[in-house]
Amino acid sequence: MNRQKISALFLRLSVYVATVVTVGALLFVVGYILVKGIPHLSWKLFEWRYTTENLSLLPALLNTILLTMLALLIAVPLGVFAAIYLVEYARRGSRLVRIIRMNAETLAGIPSIVYGLFGMLFFVTALKLGFSMLSGALTIAIMILPVILRTSEEALMSVPDSYREGSFGLGAGRLRTVFRVVLPDAVPGILAGVILGVGRTVGETAALLYTAGTSSDTVSGIMDSARTLSVHMYALSQEGLYIDQTYATAVVLLAIVVGINAISAMLARRVSKRRI
Amino acid sequence: MKDKLSLKRETAAGRNNQVREGAARILFLAAACVSILAVLLITFYLLISGVPAIAEIGVFKFLLGTVWRPGNDIYGILPMILGSIYVTAGALVLGVPVGILTALFLSRFASRRLVHLLKPAVQLLAGIPSVVYGFFGLVVIVPLLGGRGSMLAASIVLAIMILPTIITVSESSLNAVESSYYEGALALGATHERTVFSIVLPAAKSGVTAAVILGVGRAIGEAMAVIMVAGNQPRMPQGLLKGLRTLTTNIVMEMGYSADLHREALIATAVVLFVFILIINFLFSLTKRGKKT
Repeated sequence: MNRQKISALFLRLSVYVATVVTVGALLFVVGYILVKGIPHLSWKLFEWRYTTENLSLLPALLNTILLTMLALLIAVPLGVFAAIYLVEYARRGSRLVRIIRMNAETLAGIPSIVYGLFGMLFFVTALKLGFSMLSGALTIAIMILPVILRTSEEALMSVPDSYREGSFGLGAGRLRTVFRVVLPDAVPGILAGVILGVGRTVGETAALLYTAGTSSDTVSGIMDSARTLSVHMYALSQEGLYIDQTYATAVVLLAIVVGINAISAMLARRVSKRRI
Repeated sequence: MKDKLSLKRETAAGRNNQVREGAARILFLAAACVSILAVLLITFYLLISGVPAIAEIGVFKFLLGTVWRPGNDIYGILPMILGSIYVTAGALVLGVPVGILTALFLSRFASRRLVHLLKPAVQLLAGIPSVVYGFFGLVVIVPLLGGRGSMLAASIVLAIMILPTIITVSESSLNAVESSYYEGALALGATHERTVFSIVLPAAKSGVTAAVILGVGRAIGEAMAVIMVAGNQPRMPQGLLKGLRTLTTNIVMEMGYSADLHREALIATAVVLFVFILIINFLFSLTKRGKKT
C-alpha cells in the first residue's frame, strides 16, 4: 500500500515538474526578451528610412505587412477553393481526394529552407522574377497553402448537411449553395486558418532569405527585394554590432505573435460557441 | 407567343447556370490540384538541380564523405547528416519526456481553469518565430555553455521549439482515450496516477508516436534557430559541447555566395534533407493508418 502511494506521488511529481519546465521555458524566453528589449524601443526605430546610423525597423515592418497580404491574396483563394472541391464536390474517399490530401500533408512537412531553395530555383531563376517581394510571397503562399486548406476543409465539414439540403430543396444550385449558405457559416473557421498562415509568414526567415532577399528599404513595388521583420532581425543578429536593436526587433515580433494568438483564440471561441 | 419567349429565356438562363456550375467545378478542381502541382514542381526542381551534382561528385563520396571543403571541390556531407541526426536526437531526449508529461498534466491532472491558462501559453510557444528562439539561444544558452555554439545548445533550443508540437498532438490523443478504460482501471483499485500512466498513456500510443514524429520533422527541418547556436563548423561532430553543422544550416550558410558545383552540392544537400522528410512523412502516415484499424 505504502509503495503504491510512493510511486503515485512520484508519477504525479514528474508530471508537475514537466509542466513547470514547459511554462518556465516560455516565461524565460518571453521575459528575457521583453526585459532586455523594451528599454531599447524608441521612436527612432520607427522612422521612415533605414540608415546605417539609425537601423529603423519600420521599413521591415511595412514589408512584412505587404508580403503577408500578397501571400494571403494568393494562398487564401487557392486553399478555400481547394477545400470547397474536396468537401462539396468530390466523392468522399475518392482516389483523387486521397492523392490531394497526401500531397497537402507532404507540403505541410517540407522544411522552410527547402521552400526557400525551391523558390530561388523556380520563382527567382526559372520564372525570372528575381529577388523580389513577389518571389517571396509566392514561396510563402505555397508554404501556408496546406494550413489554409486543412482548416478550411474542417470548417466546411462542420457545416451541418441540413443547411445544404435546405438550400437544394429551395431550388438553389450547387454553386449558389456553396457561396450563399455553406461558406458564410464556415467563415470563422476559415479565418482561424488564415490567421495561422499569417503567424507562419511573420515568423518565417529561411524561406525568404533567398527569395525576397534582404534589402533593408521599404519596397516601391512587388518586384523589389525586401526584408521582412524576421529577416531583419536575423540580419542584425548576424552582424553582431546591434544587439540592442535586435532585442527591440524581437519585442516587436513577440508583440505581433501575441496579437495573432489573441485573435485566433477569439475566433476559436466563436467557432466552438456556435457549435453548442 | 409570350409563353414561348419566356420559355426561351428560361432555358437560356438554365444553360447559363449550367455553364457557370461547370466552370466553378473546374475552377475548384484546379485549385485542389495546386498542391499536387506544387509537390511535383518542388521535387522536379530539386532533383534536376541537385542530382547531377551528386552524380558528378559520386553518390558514396557525397553521402559518406567526411570532408566538406568547397574551396578544393571536396563535398562530403556525412558531417552534416550526422549533425542533423545528433541535434535532433538531443532535442528528442530533452523535449519528448517533458512534452508528453506536460500533455498528461493538461489532459488528466490539471483543473479546467489551469487548462484555460496553459493552453494559450503552449500556443504562444508554438507561435514564437524561430529567429527569436535562435537569438535567445545565442544570448542566454550559448554563454551558459562556454560561449561557443555547440550541439547541446542547438539541442536545447530545438527541444523548446518542438515542445508545443508534442504537447498539442499528444494531448488531443490522450483526451480521445475512452473513459471506460480509465474507469475500469480505477474500479480495479489502481490509483489515478497508475491508471493514467499504465492504461491511458498506452491507449494513446499511436497519437503520442505521431506527435514525436512530427517533432522530429520540425527539429530536423529547422534552420534559423540552429544556425545561431550550433557553431556551424563543417566537421564531423566531436562532442556535446563542440560546434557542428546540420544539413539545413549548411544550405543557409553558403547559398549566398556559392556558384557552379558548390551551389549544386548545396541543392543536393536539400535533396538529402527532402528525402529525410519524406521518410518522416511516411512514418507519420503509418501511425495514422494504425489508428484507423
